[in-house]
Amino acid sequence: MKYTLSILVENQAGVLSKISGLFSRRSYNIDSLAVGVTTDPTVSRITVVANGDEYVVEQLEKQLNKLIPVIKVKRLIEGEFISRELSLIKVHSSSTKRFELLKIAELMNAKIVDVAASTVTFEYCETAEKTQILIDLLKPYGIREIVRTGTVAIDKGKAEVTA
Amino acid sequence: MISGADIMVKCLEAEGVDTVFGYPGATICPFYDSLYDNTNIKHILVRQEQNAAHAASGYARACSRPGVCVATSGPGATNLITGIATAYMDSIPMIAITGQVRSDLLGRDVFQEADITGACEPFTKHSYLVEKTEDLPRIFKEAFHIAKTGRPGPVLIDIPQDLQENEIESFEYPETVEIKGYKPNTNGHLVQIKRAVELIKSSKRPLIVAGGGVLSSGAKLKLQKFAEMTQIPVLSTMMGIGVMPSDHPLYLGMLGTHGRKSANSALHKADLTIVCGARLGDRAIAAPDQMGNKTKVIHIDIDPAEIGKNVKTTVPIVGDMNNVMKRLIENIDGYTIDSQWDEEVKDLKAHYQSKISTFDGYVEPRTLISKLSFMLKSKAILCADVGQNQIWCANNFRIREGRFLTTGGMGTMGYSVPAAIGAKMARKTRDVVVVCGDGSFQMSLNELSTIAQNNLNIKIIVMRNHRLGMVRELQDKCYKGRHSATILNDEPDFVALAKAYGIDSAEVSSNEEAEKFVKNIVESDKPFVLVCNVHPDTPSIL
Ligand SMILES: Cc1ncc(C[n+]2csc(CCOP(=O)(O)OP(=O)(O)O)c2C)c(N)n1
Ligand SMILES: [Mg+2]
Repeated sequence: MKYTLSILVENQAGVLSKISGLFSRRSYNIDSLAVGVTTDPTVSRITVVANGDEYVVEQLEKQLNKLIPVIKVKRLIEGEFISRELSLIKVHSSSTKRFELLKIAELMNAKIVDVAASTVTFEYCETAEKTQILIDLLKPYGIREIVRTGTVAIDKGKAEVTA
Repeated sequence: MISGADIMVKCLEAEGVDTVFGYPGATICPFYDSLYDNTNIKHILVRQEQNAAHAASGYARACSRPGVCVATSGPGATNLITGIATAYMDSIPMIAITGQVRSDLLGRDVFQEADITGACEPFTKHSYLVEKTEDLPRIFKEAFHIAKTGRPGPVLIDIPQDLQENEIESFEYPETVEIKGYKPNTNGHLVQIKRAVELIKSSKRPLIVAGGGVLSSGAKLKLQKFAEMTQIPVLSTMMGIGVMPSDHPLYLGMLGTHGRKSANSALHKADLTIVCGARLGDRAIAAPDQMGNKTKVIHIDIDPAEIGKNVKTTVPIVGDMNNVMKRLIENIDGYTIDSQWDEEVKDLKAHYQSKISTFDGYVEPRTLISKLSFMLKSKAILCADVGQNQIWCANNFRIREGRFLTTGGMGTMGYSVPAAIGAKMARKTRDVVVVCGDGSFQMSLNELSTIAQNNLNIKIIVMRNHRLGMVRELQDKCYKGRHSATILNDEPDFVALAKAYGIDSAEVSSNEEAEKFVKNIVESDKPFVLVCNVHPDTPSIL
């Protein structure tokens, strides 16, 4: 089961290592982790996407809550939140293939942000699932490099994660 | 103007600390210098930093206040780790203070730099690497608050030398703490408590399993009262020993791999188990994950993460044992257990009355420990080490109003002697006795020097079987009796060794002799080491 956690933490040295340490120590697997500051500069928000059964998620939430700098942990409910991930994907492109790649970009609503003699670079801001589709489409052309930010997520409507 | 080091001392004073255990070195020198003319805080110089942490643990458990240990950076700090980890696993409130290299040199791998907050991350409840002298009062206030509230645990404060030397305008100790992410829930949800009461009333064969949380929350007498009101029988975990007087008619003893058969078999028959302040690790219940299938479980714990971790729970109650017990007592109105269950339990207790076999020319440790209980004052503190000696104590020491200190969570050999030093410093008028094995004694016998230097009245009973007995026993059971690295032949003469430290000592080979010595030494106010020759085939349990 894949799940998404939103974690508010005090913005102090070592917080990230405390959180990532907790995952590795208790052998929970992380798919992605993204951090950034919130409207309150002393508070950061971490989005973690991970895999595990109900027992693991529940344990994880509780263990995270035990960390002193962790202010709040919320499991986002499937279908009730928006998630996005930014990716930059550099694809091999001979001049003959360039047009096909442009078509894929158009079809998937991706941006082309760099074109060079032998490469085309895509910028894509979507869910992790859609990003995977784009990657699968581009694979046959030869992907040189991928950089992904990891998923960030926010509740739909007026629900929110506050301290 | 006031220096960081003076502030550290003042913070400790503000927290009412009267004793610290430590070992100096360059980067903690400013603090030691401030301590030099202080008359409110006594410093006990241990002989290895690990023992400073164990002593702080013994101190904390004996007087229910955080214990404080101090070490220098680098090797001093890393030596503390085992002690800190032990306190973490045993949920003991502790403040560990370490010196650190100058803040401008941090991260350059200079002499005696060690990332101690990083290294201790998995075994501290929280840690601080101090960045500014101004932060010290707030950090100390928070550290003590965190260590002693909620589920107790060790908090580490790592302080670069220059921040101890820096001077700031003035010192003011904060009165309150505000930590956004730390608000332990102590009350216990009333709805859950009502559900628990209903469950208890509808049960036929309820049982209480009491753990260390009952002792650390100071809810011992409340739990006793609840058990007496309802007549529900009580088992304890290793850390929970002392929750009930050992000879209380409702007490069945310690459960688990090394526990009493009557206790384990009662657990199998129960239809409701009320788990109080215990995590129920794998040594307490062989297959804790299956327990919830056979019996309903009410789990009361201050740490929400413990509930549902090892045992399936029917009614979870997060809260301080004191509050929860009080409410259970208020709400249970007149319920008492079925007489049939009462009889079954009494039968179990009688059925498993143990008959102990003895070896001529040796001390029988279980009989001795049981006798010892009544030669000590009723509030005696017994510190047991790890190994067979620990199991002998756990099952045979007849505790009355005193304490049984051992490391049930971590099982760190060498715990007992330094823990006794801490306990004695906290409770000077109580009898403090150590029972350890010959292996574990040799892990901390350097502390005889601390005992001698401070003339601490601690009696040490070494159960010498010339074996790492408990591991040897395991090898007999699971490794075809191949005693790989568990034989301690050619041991030193412990009596001569104790005397070399200036501590009187004797060796005995029978219970009569041993009892005669015990009778005499408990009268004296001097430390003593009694070496008991125990037959290597004496088992942990029957
Ligand atoms: C620091 C540490 N190292 C190793 C062990 C593993 N261990 C558990 S019991 C034991 C034997 C203890 O021997 P001794 O102190 O003589 O006690 P006995 O079992 O003989 O009574 C050992 C080695 C441990 N618990 N702690
Ligand atoms: Mg031994």
